Amino acid sequence: MLKIEPRIESSKLMTWLSPIIAIILTMMVSSLMFTSLGVSPTKAFEVFVISPLSDSYNLGELMVKSTPLMLCAVGLALCYRANIWNIGAEGQLLIGAVASSTIAIQMGEDAGIGSLVLVLLVGMISGMLWAAIPTLLERIFHTNLILTTIMLNYVGLYTLLWAVHGPLADPQGFGFPESVIFPDGVLLPIIQEEGRASISIVIAVIVALLSGLMLYKTLPGFKLRVFGEDPSAARYAGFNSSKIIWGVMLFSGALAGFAGAAEVTGPIGQLIPSVSPGYGYAAIIVAYLGRLNPIGIILAAFFMGTLYMGTDLAQIELGLPTAITGLFQGTLLFFLLACDFLIFYRIAIQKRNPKHTTPPLVNSEIVDTHHESGVA
Amino acid sequence: MDMELLQQILIAALKTGTPLLLIALGELVCEKSGVLNLGQEGMMLMGAMAGFAGAYYTGSLGMGIAIAIFAGMSMSLIFATLSVSLNTNQVATGLALTIFGTGLSSFLGGELVGFTIQGFAQIEIPLLSRIPFIGQILFNQDIIVYASFAIVGLTWYVLQKTRIGLTLRAVGENPHSANALGIKVLKVRYLAVLFGGAMAGFFWCLYVSRLHTNVDGKHDRGPRVDCPCIGCFCFMASRLFDVGRLSIWLRFYIAPRHARVWF
Repeated sequence: MLKIEPRIESSKLMTWLSPIIAIILTMMVSSLMFTSLGVSPTKAFEVFVISPLSDSYNLGELMVKSTPLMLCAVGLALCYRANIWNIGAEGQLLIGAVASSTIAIQMGEDAGIGSLVLVLLVGMISGMLWAAIPTLLERIFHTNLILTTIMLNYVGLYTLLWAVHGPLADPQGFGFPESVIFPDGVLLPIIQEEGRASISIVIAVIVALLSGLMLYKTLPGFKLRVFGEDPSAARYAGFNSSKIIWGVMLFSGALAGFAGAAEVTGPIGQLIPSVSPGYGYAAIIVAYLGRLNPIGIILAAFFMGTLYMGTDLAQIELGLPTAITGLFQGTLLFFLLACDFLIFYRIAIQKRNPKHTTPPLVNSEIVDTHHESGVA
Repeated sequence: MDMELLQQILIAALKTGTPLLLIALGELVCEKSGVLNLGQEGMMLMGAMAGFAGAYYTGSLGMGIAIAIFAGMSMSLIFATLSVSLNTNQVATGLALTIFGTGLSSFLGGELVGFTIQGFAQIEIPLLSRIPFIGQILFNQDIIVYASFAIVGLTWYVLQKTRIGLTLRAVGENPHSANALGIKVLKVRYLAVLFGGAMAGFFWCLYVSRLHTNVDGKHDRGPRVDCPCIGCFCFMASRLFDVGRLSIWLRFYIAPRHARVWF
């Protein structure tokens, strides 16, 4: 007879095994889906996994897609580690893109590296300020951070739409919602012969590595982890909770803002309404897939980038709708969360019926949401 | 202000506010049982898609409602299985449901874009509808609006005045004590989440009762573009208010803001 019992310690092995199980399960479900659509699963697999990695152009595109995911996810992972539910990466990214474009279109053709740095800095700072709004509200009025960050995503989106239709629109653009194409001086240097991958992927990887180092090897990282796991222990140890919350929120805002700036000055080269196909939301999945560990996020971001590439290619080669991206992402996150069950519980084979009754599972399972979600 | 215009605005507010109210009511019940379901948007969209498809293919709006409720409940069952049984993080699971539902509904509903169905008929209540000004607002509406009055009243009564409501609130406020009292916490939460899903299925009525036409191009991208964050609004409203104030606030305060696109 099979029995589910809580583990005494969370399983290290399962922490890393569960994303792999989740990916396998997602693939199994999606091959069923492909079969029902009349597409052979092997062909679909080829389009989704092999072709994004096949030639250097596609590889470059993969890096283009992974960069914003990685940057946003690293910031979000630190927030989630501290039990701070920031869902606002999307808005912060969009605002970063808008603000940096505002500066970038002012630059002349003779703009140099200094202007590029300025543009990126403006993107970062505006992302930071956008993240500061919900943080401030939370600190002063104890508003629910989940809600305010989600709502600011929409405000960010509409700010972007307003900007590209109005003040930042190209005067010679025949009313198209696009800004002028940025001068070459403010574009990020490209790192490959053919393709669009820019230096931002290198920056993203470095940022992820440094954040990993910070999280696991330094005192602020330790404080953050303690605060996330047990706020009362953190308080007892005298850690300043306000500093931690402000720190991670501003950090994640800066990264998301930078991601937005790097999108418009990198692969896109101008401000358009579709700066982000939901990178900020997908980054949440990436953060979980990477086990909220900045190093793991590097791999997870490349995986999610492959998925984005795959759906683009599937649309061209197999004629499948783009809605499939959402299906995949949702399924993956479902399985991922479900497999995390194995970290804290194990399925044991019970030999014979024991005389004493074990405490019901229900006791350990009940979650007090009002504490968990940090709601007063 | 022009009285005629004001009356029109209030009629529209009542209509568009009704589905929002029902969704928020579902979320409120969920919330009271201690489950935070951020997957509203996914359930709503699936309900909308399934309801429209059901009504279109069977030719009956009643079947449409039944199918929409069923779809919303199926989606919420996924959420309940994960977050209640497997104890996953509620925020992340809710978001997954939103992403999944948005994808699935536009994937399955892609073929339906542009089709039209006949919306709910206006039912004029004989005497009452002739009361000046408010008569037309309150007593010349479709069946969903009338049903929502009953649902709101019933939910309020059950939550506040019956043992079922007490159990539900106990589970939300202190699950450990509730468990010690022998209440099946998981079961209560499952039921609450399912109720939330069923209510989210009513989102579909927003299309039909006001537009009288179709699911239209909006559905291709999801209603995010046109009515942003309805789920979020509903959720916020359910956090802030009790049943009675909720029904007024959502109908007359929030709804006109969303109704704007349909005027």
